[in-house]
Amino acid sequence: MLPTLPGRIQTRLFLLAIVGGLITLIIVPVLPGSAPLGDKYRNGFLVLASVAVLGVLWELLYHLLMQWRWEKDWPTFFGLATAVPEGLLIWLLLYERAIPGIVGHVSGADFIIQFSLVWLGVWLVANGPMRVPFIRWRFHGGRLA
Amino acid sequence: MATDPPADQAREAPTIQARIQPGPTSGGDLTDELLKSDTWSDAMVGAAGIPIVDVPFVTVGGGMGSFILVDYLRIAGVGTDRMRVLSDIDHPWQTYEYLTRVSQIPRPERIRSDSASRPDNIWGFPSYALSEAIHDKTIKPLRQVFFEPMWADFYTPRAGQVFAGLEREAKRIGYFDMLVKGQVRMVRKRQGGGYFTILTLPDATPARRVAYRSQFVHLAIGYPGLKYLPELQAFRTENQDFYHVVSAYEDHEHVYDRLRVKRGVVLIRGGGIVSSRVLQRLMDDRANHNLDFEIVHLFRTYISGSHGPGPWMRRRGGNGFAYQGFNYPKSVWGGQLKAKMRRLEGEQRANEYKLMGGTNTPWRRSWQRQMNEGRSAGWYRVLSGTVEGMKVREDGMVVNQVKTSQGLLEVAADFVIDCTGLEADISEHRVLADLLEHSGAGRNPVGRLDVERDFELRGTGNAPGVIYASGASTLGGYFPGVDTFLGLQVAAQEITDDLARRGFCPKIGPIRSTSQWLRWVRNRQP
Repeated sequence: MLPTLPGRIQTRLFLLAIVGGLITLIIVPVLPGSAPLGDKYRNGFLVLASVAVLGVLWELLYHLLMQWRWEKDWPTFFGLATAVPEGLLIWLLLYERAIPGIVGHVSGADFIIQFSLVWLGVWLVANGPMRVPFIRWRFHGGRLA
Repeated sequence: MATDPPADQAREAPTIQARIQPGPTSGGDLTDELLKSDTWSDAMVGAAGIPIVDVPFVTVGGGMGSFILVDYLRIAGVGTDRMRVLSDIDHPWQTYEYLTRVSQIPRPERIRSDSASRPDNIWGFPSYALSEAIHDKTIKPLRQVFFEPMWADFYTPRAGQVFAGLEREAKRIGYFDMLVKGQVRMVRKRQGGGYFTILTLPDATPARRVAYRSQFVHLAIGYPGLKYLPELQAFRTENQDFYHVVSAYEDHEHVYDRLRVKRGVVLIRGGGIVSSRVLQRLMDDRANHNLDFEIVHLFRTYISGSHGPGPWMRRRGGNGFAYQGFNYPKSVWGGQLKAKMRRLEGEQRANEYKLMGGTNTPWRRSWQRQMNEGRSAGWYRVLSGTVEGMKVREDGMVVNQVKTSQGLLEVAADFVIDCTGLEADISEHRVLADLLEHSGAGRNPVGRLDVERDFELRGTGNAPGVIYASGASTLGGYFPGVDTFLGLQVAAQEITDDLARRGFCPKIGPIRSTSQWLRWVRNRQP
């Protein structure tokens, strides 16, 4: 990808909302946790919102790191690999009960399944299908507005 | 190759033919009055006996730039009866294929272009890598894209895949219904708005002209021309020797043929992608046929390592080459550098061009391995300097007097291959020279055609008419990668959006874009 800073942030928020929201909606009922479905949905969407909010800060860091790259690009691999630090941070915050509004306890399995699928979905859409409805998106550094 | 309908068939498209207005006199050629006037009236053209064809949009060139724009416009909803492609070539990839072939990229080889730079698909999805993976039932191209550029070379498509895709798309959009064969002579402003584009029809003696009267004109004439290094040009002219001293951009297969049967020395000039290609061909031939010739590589500017103004802007380099995946840093086609260049004017922009452009070539693992072998075995040598003079020795070898930092060296070679790819000035092209002289076109900070951010040719407006220009002749504008597939698509998108603002076509929104993509997938016409 060839993002600008506003493009990074816009793309992240848009794709997490649309793709991440859809995946969360579908996956939550089949997650292994035994909590009531309402609580599972609440927690699932709070995790998703955390990825979005903290992600804005991560994007600032990625943008800074990208400045050392001559091409000023963000290779495909980076887009997937950044799931590791971001996922670990969210898990740490869940463990420390630092994400407000979480009901009860989010199991490790629930988190890993939801987070991985959302990340993979967003990454796959950003690396191709996104260009189909939004033909200007890739030439505008990932900006949608 | 393409199975184009004859050009005459396109000329006889009924919607256009019906609107041809023959002139009252029988001359049919350019008059002195027309040649001298910056603006022409309908009556002046009519009095000269030149038939007039009305069509709202014409694109001049008929190469990749014209094709990509009409592809965009067809997808936006413009019918084939509202556009004409005025060209002296039969299909859009003809010139490109010739140049790639002679510069050692035949159809099975890979060009220097990104996976998502698809001139036959405005969305860039599926990418070339994905298409190749599906077609060849292999995950290898996708793995390469995933690990590029850190642990794999940049993925690049095979030339054959590109041409096959172009042929499919050209047929899908009815390109050949819009093609009119001939030589464009000039574009002049029309009294009352719009333009006349004068086309000389092929094979007509005396010359037969047709005037295309249109509101919009697009110029995509490609490189104005090839220029040789002055000392090479002087040598060729003085000695009438086109055998020992050749350009990589012309057919020079005889060099490789001769080296197969007789050992010798080849001197390569230049450090760009074409020199790498020629070098690869020589090194491949050497290995595959067990040959024993020597290669001397002369760089005018020798790059010994990473270079640039600071840690934020450093390009890799070494052994003479500046290394870069593509012509420019990738983000000029959509990211940070594209946004930055859009804001720069004058000298600042020219300086930025020098910084990120210049002669460069990709760092590819196979080339590095071959060159390392050559250096250690002594059959590949590198020199840094300029050539002061060239002469023919008694034994037929070309002696190059090379001025280096250590003094004057004499390098005798059986063949000299010029890979510098110097380009001629835009005024060398007749249509562009005429625009500069008569229509108010000007030059940008690097001397090419000066275009706006939406690729309108500055100074040539004739309301409600507009001239646009894209491609190599506009290098130096607010968008750097103009002479590339993706660059032509960026330009086409900007022009299409501007034409939509002017009411020529609908703006492509998410719904139309998606529905048109589905048509592309099913190979249905737009």
